[in-house]
Amino acid sequence: MTIGLGHYLVVAAILFTLGIFGIFLNRKNVIIILMSIELILLSVNINLVAFSSFLGDIVGQVYALIVLTVAAAEAAIGLAILVAYFRNRGSIAVEDINLMKG
Amino acid sequence: MYETIVFLPLLGAIIAGAIALVGAHNRFPGENPSPHGDHAAAPQAHGHAAPSVHGAHAVIHESHGEETEHEPSAAGSLAAELITSTFLVITCVLSWVAFVTVGFKGENAHVAVFSFITSGDFHSEWALRIDPLTAVMLVVVTTISSLVHIYSIGYMEEDPYKPRFFSYLSFFTFAMLMLVTADNLVQLFFGWEGVGLASYLLIGFWYYKPEANAAAIKAFLVNRVGDFGFSLGIFAVFFLTRAVDFDTVFAQAPSLVGRNFHFLSWDFDALTVVCLLLFMGAMGKSAQFLLHTWLPDAMEGPTPVSALIHAATMVTAGVFMVARLSPLFELAPYAKEFVVFIGATTAMFAATIGLVQNDIKRIVAYSTCSQLGYMFVAMGSGAYSIGMFHLFTHAFFKALLFLGSGSVILAMHHEQDIRHMGGLWRKIPFTYATMVIGTLALTGFPLTAGYFSKDAIIEADDVLKGAASAYGFAMTVGAAALTSFYSWRLIFKTFHGTPHDQHHYEAAHESGLSMRIPLAVLAFGSIAAGWPFLSIFTGHGADAFFRNSLTLTTADTIFEEMERLPLYISLAPTLMMIGGFLVAWLFYIKRPDIPVALARDQRPLCEFLLNKWYFDEIYDFLLVRPTIWLGRLFWKGGDGFLIDGFGPDGVSARVLDVTRNVVRLQTGYLYHYAFAMLIGVAAAITWFMFAGPH
Repeated sequence: MTIGLGHYLVVAAILFTLGIFGIFLNRKNVIIILMSIELILLSVNINLVAFSSFLGDIVGQVYALIVLTVAAAEAAIGLAILVAYFRNRGSIAVEDINLMKG
Repeated sequence: MYETIVFLPLLGAIIAGAIALVGAHNRFPGENPSPHGDHAAAPQAHGHAAPSVHGAHAVIHESHGEETEHEPSAAGSLAAELITSTFLVITCVLSWVAFVTVGFKGENAHVAVFSFITSGDFHSEWALRIDPLTAVMLVVVTTISSLVHIYSIGYMEEDPYKPRFFSYLSFFTFAMLMLVTADNLVQLFFGWEGVGLASYLLIGFWYYKPEANAAAIKAFLVNRVGDFGFSLGIFAVFFLTRAVDFDTVFAQAPSLVGRNFHFLSWDFDALTVVCLLLFMGAMGKSAQFLLHTWLPDAMEGPTPVSALIHAATMVTAGVFMVARLSPLFELAPYAKEFVVFIGATTAMFAATIGLVQNDIKRIVAYSTCSQLGYMFVAMGSGAYSIGMFHLFTHAFFKALLFLGSGSVILAMHHEQDIRHMGGLWRKIPFTYATMVIGTLALTGFPLTAGYFSKDAIIEADDVLKGAASAYGFAMTVGAAALTSFYSWRLIFKTFHGTPHDQHHYEAAHESGLSMRIPLAVLAFGSIAAGWPFLSIFTGHGADAFFRNSLTLTTADTIFEEMERLPLYISLAPTLMMIGGFLVAWLFYIKRPDIPVALARDQRPLCEFLLNKWYFDEIYDFLLVRPTIWLGRLFWKGGDGFLIDGFGPDGVSARVLDVTRNVVRLQTGYLYHYAFAMLIGVAAAITWFMFAGPH
């Protein structure tokens, strides 16, 4: 069995779905949300790289690198906010973060 | 001089008003006087000064003890009293000068003051029209008013709000003078409403008494009914003649005969309609039958007010208005018959109620109502000068009776029920003497003032042919007997017999000098205002005196006929007067058990009269309650349900409901927002994939 484009896309879709559900079903910790976002970005990366190789176009891989950079920056800022939030409010449980409640 | 007569009382009113305002400001140095504190303090201070009408006898007994501790007079009371009274006395003297100048020397005056309203072809000048008719009214108004001012100094001595009272009194005088000197209908209407306002303010002078407030509002509202007709009449006059000033209107009046108003599918005689509408105003102001209900209630005001406004001057404004418009009325025979009918009915009707009343002021009030009816009978018969004669004499003796009643009330410590009086003539002989003179004049005792004017009215009605004047004659003669009866009943129950209330009787005291002087002057007037003026109000002297200010075409034939009247007609009123006196004497001096038995046997009739023919109840049922019902319907149903339910309040409430639900979407949980975003993205992508632009 050769591993074709379809398999890559399925793996990426599974990762994406895991990331989505990680955000929704997680009721514990904001860090898990950050991790889920990473998962989503990675699944997108897999798609980009898969299509790049499949179509023989290097632009997709360039984009994947940009996404990685953005993801790293996002993780850094996200964690920094998290730390600052924890210092202020003493908790990073998702349940407790509802200041925007109307 | 004429400007001084009219505007001096206004100046007095302004000065006294300023004193009252400054005093009120000093009394309550904060911003606004707390209404609660004011209310709580006032009734206590006035516990004795508030005349209680219905019983409340025991309360008055108790209040004797606290008589010494009442609220001090407002600052500047003396100044206000002196200024307004002095101004009025000056005005009075000038008025008598004017009376002689205008009436006997024949110098009519027309003083332009300023232009009032100019709009299109509508012009209304503000001018003082001084002719003999005005001169008579000037004398009446200023004489009574100045005496009442002086009397009030004594009567209102214990009242803390004297500056306000005197300001109102002077303002009333100004408005009344404005009314009688009016040169056009609009100015007349201004004075008309001015006296209405002053009447409202003065009836409600003791504003902490609920009855006084109710009476003031009632007087104002009932007068609005009449004024509605009056203003329609003014509109109609303007519509017909394109003018409101008297000279133009009267000059055009003959050309209006036969003109019709077309309304829907009917035609009405224009002049009759105009006169009836204008007379409607007179009915309201002069408390004639159907619109009379406010006058007895107006007795809630201080007694000097009743004497000045509700007996001598303001209520005669309607009579004056008909006299002033005599050129119009003379051309509208049906309207005149209606005037006679209403006047005669009022004369009789008010007299019957007066028979059984027990409040000393209400008896005199019904008597006023009845005498106003006499005046209208004279007006409707065309004998305008005779009506003015009765107005002139009536002002003296009715003011005297009211001020005398005030003196009695003060002597009895604000007791107004004649059943609690009796035997007072030994205690207050001076008041007794003046009251008897007033009563003699009112009942038409020969050679007193009332004798000449009242007999002239009755005789004038006899000489005219027609159903209306026959009715007028019968009613006025009958009412003369009733007048005599209830007037003497008042005297006998108040001053004769045994005291019914020993406590009050012992404490009774004669009034002070400032009250006795006006009484004496008025008593003199009640006797002397008749004979000397007889020749200028009746007979051919009237033509020479009134000249063009009254239309005396009908009156001239009446005067001629009156000289050929059979003796028994001339004697009829006098006989009626004697009859009424004898019955009263029999009932209340000789055999006091007869009226008691009579009241028992004739229970329904007695109740009917005691309840004033149930007019208040009928009006309450027919007008007041439906109006309140309608008002509540519009309030609760129209405003509360419709406007607030679906209008601005409704819309805002719906918006609030929606937002309250929308707010609940904002949970504050991150994953809810993220989920909403995802759904949105998914929906957008789906849209672009399947229905997007191809």
